Amino acid sequence: MPGRSLLQKIWDQHVIARLSEDTDLLHIDRHLLHDLGGSRGLLDLKSRGLKVHNPELTFATPDHALSTAPGRAGTSKIGLELLDALRVETAASGITLFDVDQPGQGIVHVIGPELGLSLPGATIVCGDSHTCTHGGLGALAFGIGSSELTHVLATQALIQKRPKTLHARFEGKLPLGVTAKDMILALIGQVGAAGGTGYAVEYAGSAIRALPIEGRLTICNLSIELGAKIGMVAPDETTFEFLRGRPYAPQGEMWDLAVKAWRELPSDPDAVFDREVVIDVEKIIPQVTWGISPEHVVGVDGVIPDPKAVDDPARRAAIETALEYMGLQGGAPIAGTPVDWVFIGSCTNSRLSDLRAAAEVARGRKVAAGVRAWVVPGSENVKREAVAEGLDKIFIEAGFEWREPGCSMCLAANGEVVAPGQRSVSTSNRNFVGRQGPRARTHLASPASAAASAIAGAIADVRMMGR
Amino acid sequence: MPKPFDKLTATAAPIMRSNVDTDVIIRIERLVGNGIRGTLGKWAFGSLRYLADGSENPEFILNREPYREAEILVTGPNFGCGSSREGAVWSLQERGIRAIIGSGFGDIFFANCFQNGILPVVVDKAVVDQLAADIEATQGAGKISIDLEAQTIVSPSGARHSFEIDPRRREGLLKGLDEVALTLQRDDEIHAFQASDRTARPWIHSTRTSA
Repeated sequence: MPGRSLLQKIWDQHVIARLSEDTDLLHIDRHLLHDLGGSRGLLDLKSRGLKVHNPELTFATPDHALSTAPGRAGTSKIGLELLDALRVETAASGITLFDVDQPGQGIVHVIGPELGLSLPGATIVCGDSHTCTHGGLGALAFGIGSSELTHVLATQALIQKRPKTLHARFEGKLPLGVTAKDMILALIGQVGAAGGTGYAVEYAGSAIRALPIEGRLTICNLSIELGAKIGMVAPDETTFEFLRGRPYAPQGEMWDLAVKAWRELPSDPDAVFDREVVIDVEKIIPQVTWGISPEHVVGVDGVIPDPKAVDDPARRAAIETALEYMGLQGGAPIAGTPVDWVFIGSCTNSRLSDLRAAAEVARGRKVAAGVRAWVVPGSENVKREAVAEGLDKIFIEAGFEWREPGCSMCLAANGEVVAPGQRSVSTSNRNFVGRQGPRARTHLASPASAAASAIAGAIADVRMMGR
Repeated sequence: MPKPFDKLTATAAPIMRSNVDTDVIIRIERLVGNGIRGTLGKWAFGSLRYLADGSENPEFILNREPYREAEILVTGPNFGCGSSREGAVWSLQERGIRAIIGSGFGDIFFANCFQNGILPVVVDKAVVDQLAADIEATQGAGKISIDLEAQTIVSPSGARHSFEIDPRRREGLLKGLDEVALTLQRDDEIHAFQASDRTARPWIHSTRTSA
């Protein structure tokens, strides 16, 4: 019998019942709720006359619909109603809520790891596709829809089909100016936005081992952008050191017991994967998207694809559609494209290390005239740590706006939008049509690249900024 | 509880671009609030269906006859990728869509379809392209027939294609089964799992000791 992969080990440990050859009823260890879907799920449950099966395994925070303006000014009426409903329904069900202005509040995929709620070997779900983020700690984590959300509330279990496994190995030493965000965008460019559909991706290789946890979370976060709802990294000493002492991480003897179990999780050397991809990270340069899918990505020193040079009619039409929406010319260099907005935030890139990387570029410089640049920390704790380090001052002095934690302009659910036709460099995860607002044009990039672009007033190569 | 699905003969609209994400199917601001069910049909594909001034885009296929009445979509690769928002499925459902044929779907969108009694059919891209061509050859007048029991699609040209589907999901759709009710029948097994897991992995279950 061949060895088992990280995915298989965690999966097998959670099977309550085998429902068919490839489908199991899985136990869910952590269920995270947010303001857009949390109260809706709890109300749905109530309307069916059911109770939350395990409120102690369920945690909630508002993030999507809240304004991130200072003092939360401008939260919409519906946003406030959702916040109120989340408060009322979680209290009625005995679910812990990390509320506005409290340590613990923040983007749900930032707070899970930060609080030690997300643990290696745990199954974690949330009604949000970027739940794959938590896989950076060696968890089996994935996004679910509203119906599945109600199912988990009612049963603490979920019916799931075993995915295929993809082993993505990043090998080599990361060049200067190149980040986890660039690694995963490069992979998406290589395999395409559907390259991971039906798979759970395990990220491995020397470049993943060398990444701190926050970088691994960024990598796993974009799994869904290559089509995979699950992305994961095997836990190691870096993982244990990250988790040690966090409020919800096990303590004392329980910690020792947990670490012992977590050491058994990494894929066996002879584990077999359905697909293998190898990426030489030494060839990666800072990435930036040019189109309307994360697979529309080039190196920042590259050119925008020219549809005239593409033979396949479907691909040519897709490029033309994307360029028309983005207001770009095929064949032109991507660097130097003027920008109106810069957004540093989201569950992809709003953690302390992301803000430090952006601040390092911004320090002592000024945001270009005509550019609006926002920094939205991922959580209340990230905000407080950043302030304690003085990062907020660096940003404010450079002309960035320093905001309250939340999802903000990543998906524009709270009314914070890029205006029609305007161009944004964003550290978020989706450059879809209208994602940051109707007819907004989004270029995805790393925090350092985004900060460099804010300073330059145009898409910029951070490696030319001399830091 | 999902509505059962067995057979359907209906107008089908090809939407053949790749990577139609769920943000394009339904914009997020339509999904903010707990009273949104029933309001979403008119906002399905909003950014494609309406021009900047709010008027209908006459170019968009679902704004043209006979596609306006379509109950089946024939879609390009990776339809429904992106956000997990089930509102994407709700908006299609409220727009009257009951089945979606494509060469591949976003994993979460695919699962959400079954939860709402919508049949997503996966067939080879060559079959999808042929179906789209057959529909266009009749200017949309030719209907597509789907038989879930027999696992077949009949094109307007009369060509018959078979498709694969997970037997559990097929049964769920045919009978309109409610997964929550089914799983609750196994509640003893869930409790037994938790009791034994509490010994094996106590740190998972004692979430309130250290905070």
